[in-house]
Amino acid sequence: MSGIAVSTTINGDEVEYLCQAEETLLDVLRDRLGLTGAKEGCGTGDCGACSVILDGRLVCSCLVLGAEAQGARVETIEGMAQGDTLHPLQTKFLEHAALQCGVCTPGFLMAAKALLDANPDPTEEEIRFGLAGNLCRCTGYDKIVRAVQDAAREMNGG
Amino acid sequence: MQYERPGTLQDASRLLVETQGTAFILAGGTDLLVRSKSDDFEADLVVDIKSVDGLEDVRETAAGFTIGAAVSCAELGAHAELKAAWPGVVEAANLIGSAQIQSRCTIAGNLCNASPAADSVPALVAAGARAVVTGPDGTRTIPVEDVPVAPGETSLGKAEIIAAIELDKRPPRSGDAYLRFIPRTEMDIAVVGAGVNLTLDEAGTVKSARVALGAVAPTVVLVDEAADAIVGTKLEDAALEKLAELCSAACRPIDDKRGTVDFRKKVAGVLARRAARIAYDRAGGA
Ligand SMILES: Cc1cc2nc3c(=O)[nH]c(=O)nc-3n(C[C@H](O)[C@H](O)[C@H](O)COP(=O)(O)OP(=O)(O)OC[C@H]3O[C@@H](n4cnc5c(N)ncnc54)[C@H](O)[C@@H]3O)c2cc1C
Ligand code: FES
Ligand code: FES
Repeated sequence: MSGIAVSTTINGDEVEYLCQAEETLLDVLRDRLGLTGAKEGCGTGDCGACSVILDGRLVCSCLVLGAEAQGARVETIEGMAQGDTLHPLQTKFLEHAALQCGVCTPGFLMAAKALLDANPDPTEEEIRFGLAGNLCRCTGYDKIVRAVQDAAREMNGG
Repeated sequence: MQYERPGTLQDASRLLVETQGTAFILAGGTDLLVRSKSDDFEADLVVDIKSVDGLEDVRETAAGFTIGAAVSCAELGAHAELKAAWPGVVEAANLIGSAQIQSRCTIAGNLCNASPAADSVPALVAAGARAVVTGPDGTRTIPVEDVPVAPGETSLGKAEIIAAIELDKRPPRSGDAYLRFIPRTEMDIAVVGAGVNLTLDEAGTVKSARVALGAVAPTVVLVDEAADAIVGTKLEDAALEKLAELCSAACRPIDDKRGTVDFRKKVAGVLARRAARIAYDRAGGA
């Protein structure tokens, strides 16, 4: 198959793939690499279900071309847990029942991780603004905000 | 579609000159890649400018700031000196979209997308920002308000690229501000946007001002008469009232689901007045 040859790093592993110019990073992750954690909710940057971290910054993978990942570092939900040990955000999402159908959850977790990486002790308002690019049709958001607050508390040692 | 990621402006421009088909410049892609998903979109070539040498940073020079066209709005928000000098421009840029969008979107892209509601554009126009345009015939520097000519249309030639946006060094006692009205608190398109930039004299009187409105006409509106109404004042109530009136009068808005003509006119005045107040406080006026 012809295509653009891309070498990138995904969750710490070097990965090479071929993709077409019009394919998004989301298409590549899901359809070529079998990393189906990132979801397509809208495909237009509105819902955040496809969120991944690209070179340290949260992005919508539906608005990044697969070819743009050349030489980049990509972090996806699949890299969040360390083996069987869940990330504190994942644990708190479970404890607080911050998900129902779960379609939005990988995106929220990546967005929350990016938020806490940049701001380890956010206010409730900062959390709500930080997660404004992620939509959830099920939870009403409150449980998600509580889970992120609790995870931040735990990660800050208290 | 062909994807290219050139390393120099010359190569980028050459790719655009040589292509026979439809070509697009790709910066953050937050407009272009959304458009690319519609059925009537066709592109033969996409030239990604994020690896072009010299476009990736904000430089502070004796004359002011040069913001490379590939700098994301998130990076603008993290630039302490730029934020201190031009808080209105930076707050406008940081209103665009969500955290995800901020990571990618650029002010040059916001300008070139030529949406009447583009948030950073009124702030840039009020700031007197310039676009450095590079093309096959060399480089020219133009006021940002000369870039959008109609919704979705710019004055740029086929192979022209905005390499940077320039902002002047600030005289003492200067301030700027941008406010927009949206029905929600985040993630929405401006119904009205207002940018005000002013400089005070030692007594706190407005010495010079620029006022620009977004989303109230096909392109951004620079309202000279509204700026004139506050020059020579200390933003007393009468001056602010006049500013608001002239801003409302300068609007040529449309009716749509986001707001009626009357509502937009009214809100333009209100926002301009509030933005002027904030700019004045930032300039150190009492
Ligand atoms: C979910 C979502 C929310 C949004 N919210 C807002 C908002 O609140 N306010 C707002 O104003 N906008 C908003 N936008 C629109 C968009 O994010 C902005 O217009 C953004 O600034 C575009 O920048 P970009 O770098 O991503 O542009 P791109 O998509 O890369 O490019 C936009 C256009 O400009 C051209 N172009 C880009 N760079 C150059 C250059 N250097 N020289 C010449 N031409 C160039 C491209 O060819 C294209 O036609 C939103 C978009 C999304 C998806
Ligand atoms: S699928 Fe990317 S933002 Fe909705
Ligand atoms: S849990 Fe169903 S969309 Fe969020």
